[in-house]
Amino acid sequence: MRLVIIGNSAAGIGAVEGIRQTGSQDEIVIISGEPYHTYSRPLISYLLLGRTTEERMRYRPEDFYTKNRCELIFGTAAKVEPESKRLTLSDGRVVPYDKLLAAAGSVPFVPSFAGLGGVRKKFTFMSLEDARALEAALGPTSRVLVIGAGLIGLKCAEGIFHRAARMTVVDLAPNILSSILDAEGSEIVQGHLEDIGIVFRLGRSVASFEGYRAVLDSGESLEFDVLVLAVGVRPNTGLFKGIVKIDRGIVVNSRMETSRADIYAAGDCAQGTDVSSGQSKVIALLPNAYMQGECAGVNMAGGSAVFDKAMPMNAIGFFGLHIITAGNYNGEVYCEREGRNYKKLFYGQDRLNGYILIGDVEKAGIYTGLIRERTPLSTIDFGMICKRPGLMAFAREDRKVKLGRPSEVVETGDMGVY
Amino acid sequence: MRRVYVNEEWCLGCHLCEYYCAFAATNGTDMARALRDTKINARIKIEENDQISFAVSCRHCTEPYCVKGCLTGALTIADGIILIDREKCIGCYTCILSCPYGAISPSEDGAVQKCELCARTAGEAPMCVKGCPNEAIVFEERG
Repeated sequence: MRLVIIGNSAAGIGAVEGIRQTGSQDEIVIISGEPYHTYSRPLISYLLLGRTTEERMRYRPEDFYTKNRCELIFGTAAKVEPESKRLTLSDGRVVPYDKLLAAAGSVPFVPSFAGLGGVRKKFTFMSLEDARALEAALGPTSRVLVIGAGLIGLKCAEGIFHRAARMTVVDLAPNILSSILDAEGSEIVQGHLEDIGIVFRLGRSVASFEGYRAVLDSGESLEFDVLVLAVGVRPNTGLFKGIVKIDRGIVVNSRMETSRADIYAAGDCAQGTDVSSGQSKVIALLPNAYMQGECAGVNMAGGSAVFDKAMPMNAIGFFGLHIITAGNYNGEVYCEREGRNYKKLFYGQDRLNGYILIGDVEKAGIYTGLIRERTPLSTIDFGMICKRPGLMAFAREDRKVKLGRPSEVVETGDMGVY
Repeated sequence: MRRVYVNEEWCLGCHLCEYYCAFAATNGTDMARALRDTKINARIKIEENDQISFAVSCRHCTEPYCVKGCLTGALTIADGIILIDREKCIGCYTCILSCPYGAISPSEDGAVQKCELCARTAGEAPMCVKGCPNEAIVFEERG
């Protein structure tokens, strides 16, 4: 059988590892839109920061493709014909498949600002190429304007802050990192970033660009030399329009199967169930991409895997201030705040729904585990665990199982892949 | 595979495992000298209250969330042991977010740290096990 994977990032690599885990000898073909060995996309900001190198940011060792017997094709998938099971690349090459995985990730969303066409030095921040181009455009006198105070915009701002003379971030939302933080949390992080020297214009949008001047809806105009567009990303689903069911992303079940036989989807382009809320969602985060990809791979190779533990979860830091969040922010609230240490837990109906930790993030995974396993809070000492995440809050018998049995049967260390 | 298991009822809360763990990381020959004037940050940690204490370190799960979720590929499994490539780690803490045991922790140099069963120091049993005076931590094959 020939298993074809569109995408060479976390979901695609997870699929390869999933396929080979089963002992399958099937042929694997990876179609990579970028002409590189697999690299860790979130590391592009660390590359500009000087905290990693292009070599160290490889997501897997040099011999990954040989060891896993994969054919890596650099090219862009242009057409899928599910009846004849053929994939055609933009250069005309035809790749037949028996099973196909859509692991094409997401693409930056760039709104149509008036006058944007006149700005030559503008960049999105998703790929190694973006990072290299941005780095080349920066000089010691560069005034940088970042549109978007989300994860990508702020990681980019951190990555190039030391190379820029001035850094201004504009966002339509009144709070930074509004996809992962509540208002109070974002205020803490904003204060930290302002102390470092980043300037924010929040609750503002760019009305137009006049050369290298951005005119905001407030009337204020900001001069800049380099523009970063980090408004958001969208699932890269275009190739599959009319072929499989697409909502915001390609809709998958817990086996990563799409609405059409022999086509699977995983990662940023897929839409699955969020275990914390039960809602169907695109969860465009690397750990989720890997685990969905791995699950898809096992199933493509004829195995039987289920991944039903996906949830929004982020570990991110800015200039030494760490943030860990997971789940959803509905329900009753437990809150602690001391300086820049901040904790908020959201719970209801005997379950933990989500949490936000800023500053002190130690043992955060114990909270994540409660959400992931839907642990009834009545079975643990919830008051204790609110104050401090620890195994101490579990019943002695549960703890004995957690720490005393072989981990082959540990539910909490299991992806649900059987 | 042999792993570290905890017998909670035998734990004295003496924290010696933490000292032995920190000592193992120094590659020194004399514990007192190696750890003198240092604030230890061990890869095995005691949880304790008035009545109970027990040690927690990496369970070396066979389906580890930390490895699967690692952004960089710094966490890998070799012969069942979960290892951290501290050169590759960028300290994003996704593994701290992922580990349901709270067994991965930050370190002074930015990279995370975790128990590697003393694999790199090539001891017979991990140092925490050797140093435990009451067999509250054991190194065993449990299927």
